[in-house]
Amino acid sequence: MFRISHTYLALVAALFVSFMAITGSILSLEPVISWSQASSTNGLNGSVAELANSVSGKFSDPQKLIRKASGAFLVYYYGDAGLTADHVDPLSGSSLGIYSPSDVFGFVTELHRSFFIGDTGRLITGITASIMVFLSLTGLALLAKRLGGWRRLLRQPQGPAQQTSHIKIGRLSILLLVVTALSGVWMSLVNFDVLSDGSTGYVPFPEFVHGGEPTAIDGLVALQGINLGDLRELVFPVAGDVTDVFSITTASGSGYVDQVTGTMLSFIPNSTWQKIYQAVYTLHTGQGYWWYAILLGVGALGTLFLVYSGMRVWWQRTRLPIPKLANNISDSKADVIILVASQSNTTWGFAATLHKALVKNGHRVSTAPMNNLQRVYPQARHLFILAATSGDGGAPDNADKFLTKLEMLNVSPGMQFAVLGFGDRSFPKYCGFAGDVDAALQARGLRRLHNLFEIDRSSASQFAEWGDDVGTSMNALLALDHTPIHPKTAGYVLIDRHDYGHKHETPKVILRFKLPNILNGRQRFEAGDLIGIVSSRNSAPRFYSLASGYADGFLEICVSKHPGGVCSGLLHELKPGDRIEGFIRENPQFRPHANMKPVVMIGAGTGIAPFAGFLRGNTRKRPMYLYWGGRDPANDFLYEKNLSEWHADNRLTGGKIAFSRIAQKQYVQDKLLEDAAFIRTAIADGAQVMVCGGVAMARDVRTVINDICRPMGINHEMLKQDGRFLEDVY
Amino acid sequence: MKKLITILLLSTALLLPRAAIARDVIITAELKSYRGPGAYLAVYLTKPDGRYDSTLWIAGEKQKYYGHLRGWVRAVSRSGESVDGLTGASVGSGRTLNITANLSDAMIDAGYQIHVDTAVEDGGEHTNDAVVSLSKDNKGMTVGGRGFIRSLSVSM
Repeated sequence: MFRISHTYLALVAALFVSFMAITGSILSLEPVISWSQASSTNGLNGSVAELANSVSGKFSDPQKLIRKASGAFLVYYYGDAGLTADHVDPLSGSSLGIYSPSDVFGFVTELHRSFFIGDTGRLITGITASIMVFLSLTGLALLAKRLGGWRRLLRQPQGPAQQTSHIKIGRLSILLLVVTALSGVWMSLVNFDVLSDGSTGYVPFPEFVHGGEPTAIDGLVALQGINLGDLRELVFPVAGDVTDVFSITTASGSGYVDQVTGTMLSFIPNSTWQKIYQAVYTLHTGQGYWWYAILLGVGALGTLFLVYSGMRVWWQRTRLPIPKLANNISDSKADVIILVASQSNTTWGFAATLHKALVKNGHRVSTAPMNNLQRVYPQARHLFILAATSGDGGAPDNADKFLTKLEMLNVSPGMQFAVLGFGDRSFPKYCGFAGDVDAALQARGLRRLHNLFEIDRSSASQFAEWGDDVGTSMNALLALDHTPIHPKTAGYVLIDRHDYGHKHETPKVILRFKLPNILNGRQRFEAGDLIGIVSSRNSAPRFYSLASGYADGFLEICVSKHPGGVCSGLLHELKPGDRIEGFIRENPQFRPHANMKPVVMIGAGTGIAPFAGFLRGNTRKRPMYLYWGGRDPANDFLYEKNLSEWHADNRLTGGKIAFSRIAQKQYVQDKLLEDAAFIRTAIADGAQVMVCGGVAMARDVRTVINDICRPMGINHEMLKQDGRFLEDVY
Repeated sequence: MKKLITILLLSTALLLPRAAIARDVIITAELKSYRGPGAYLAVYLTKPDGRYDSTLWIAGEKQKYYGHLRGWVRAVSRSGESVDGLTGASVGSGRTLNITANLSDAMIDAGYQIHVDTAVEDGGEHTNDAVVSLSKDNKGMTVGGRGFIRSLSVSM
């Protein structure tokens, strides 16, 4: 709900918000420039009486004396060219040159507050400011939801780079955003008389004025008592008019001063509303506080970035089209109901494949979003739920009413269900919502067709496996050959290959490809990102970790040949000059944090690939340790030469290597245990632990890390919550 | 405007026992070109002895800025008059303000004066920027201002 309103309101308001941010960032320079030009008023403790007196001696017919928010003093006087304004030195009262308001800032101010179209413009800017308040608050709520609670707001966000940069910049600028937007709304409401600024119009002119020969200005008691720093404006009496008075506005109020007796007449102190308005005005404009104005400017640029990054997130999300469902019939006639909860549209793709396979088997199938759950399905025998999970383990937007609606479902005894969860194992509450739905269906008394099954990162093979099982239970052959809708591919030409492990049943190869040229879809990537290789038009892509970064100028992967594996087989056949089709998939959840804390990298077999990439790029010589396990140094010591080079030039700080098929048989876990004391020290120093390898190895490493960390009272789960235990498991 | 007419009729009723005859007086204030946002103007009448008579128009809608129209503030303060219904938009650089006031014939050529005070945000303020007599001799005559006013004229 929040996400939809956040997204669409932002899209509608994007143009205006950007406009306000651009003009606002320009205006934030004004207090800074004024401050740099104003003469220093540090320790300025003269009185208004002294300065007004020297000014009246030095300027012809002075009209008024002003102290600007920047601390600069101005005198308006009638000179040869009519009314003129000069900067004055607050100590001597001498002119410091002519003052003319800046054309640029005047113009931009008017643009920023009204687009030069008066109250209509002011209404638009006011509405824009309220939308910004709303976007900040919904953004904050979404962030808390995504990171798993309000107390986790400062955690490292996981996910694609556009999203995490939107989150990080948003988090940095949220306070400034709320302050500027709220103060903008306040000023707008004052403009439209909804809120008061406390002003009651003018201060009435005093009824009784002494009259007679005026006293010298520096002898006027009321003016002697006002410090220059508190002055806002002093208007001189009209020359020669003995019944006129001084008008004065100070930081605390306004009134008149008798030019003969020097007493304050009818002074009206600022009301609470006036004080609030002044504070709001200062918060919005930064007038008088150059350092705060700089912050405001940065906040405005942050806002501009948020509009851009937010649009990118939205664009990425909507780019995947919802696949067409052929023969989708009414739920009242269907014998199979498929309900889908999708965060992006990927899950719909799987639903479409299932839908098609069931139709092919002669079923009458109805596929709909989970929120469309009906009370009665008169003919349904099977209910399939394909559920993605939002970041916090909750329901995606199109499924948030499902659990409530389920209470009303008329459960027919003949109906069986199966829940299929889609998620990403690197998120804390992997497939959480699917689990809740599975439990709720069971609690409502539906019969189970298949146990809850979880699919990690849209794995087509896991999906096919589930299809085989479910098909068996339904006495049908469900060949779920799912082709995900994948991004456009580019051609990568092999330039070099290095073979390992010929003596064993699983040969390994390091393949190095030339990058496609810019016109042919070159994409940026970092070590640890993935390349999806499409071996034929209809098969799902296979993903390999990248052992190089874009900056290296080539793309390198490490491939182990699986018996019967089509894609790995094809890659092993490649000769220099051969070309493959692939696309880059960002893998931002598996990257060293951008700091100089140690990194402990643990891998086995081809799991060394991302680590080789990180080491190659470690030109800053950050402490990096590698624990890696192979089989036999004579055959599969991947990157052997490189590792000694990187160790020699300090890109690789230390670590250990184990081999499992030699006389002194050891696994990487054994090496970790040997270095337990060191690993504890590194973790205490804030080290990040990164694991890459097969499922079994990752499980064993988790156990060993927990054993090692036990004396410290922590475990891998706690490290993971801080983004300090990362796994890339295949 | 109706209220103004009522006030004027009341104030002149004693002087003129016979039916008062009134006429429309058109006051035109043309502003110079200046930098800055719209100007605030106070257009008001003073009696032959120089005391305040009535407010004809205030251009500018935010009351908190009225204090800058200082001559008018000084004049109006004792009267306790409200300016409800006598205000309108501020006047931009180079623009012209036209006011039509229905004034009693007895006020013409009797020493009454029309004053205009002006003020612009960050641009200064002028008490009596321009003053013109309410006189038939001045019909079509134009006076210059010392501040933001280029010309002020009365026609009837």
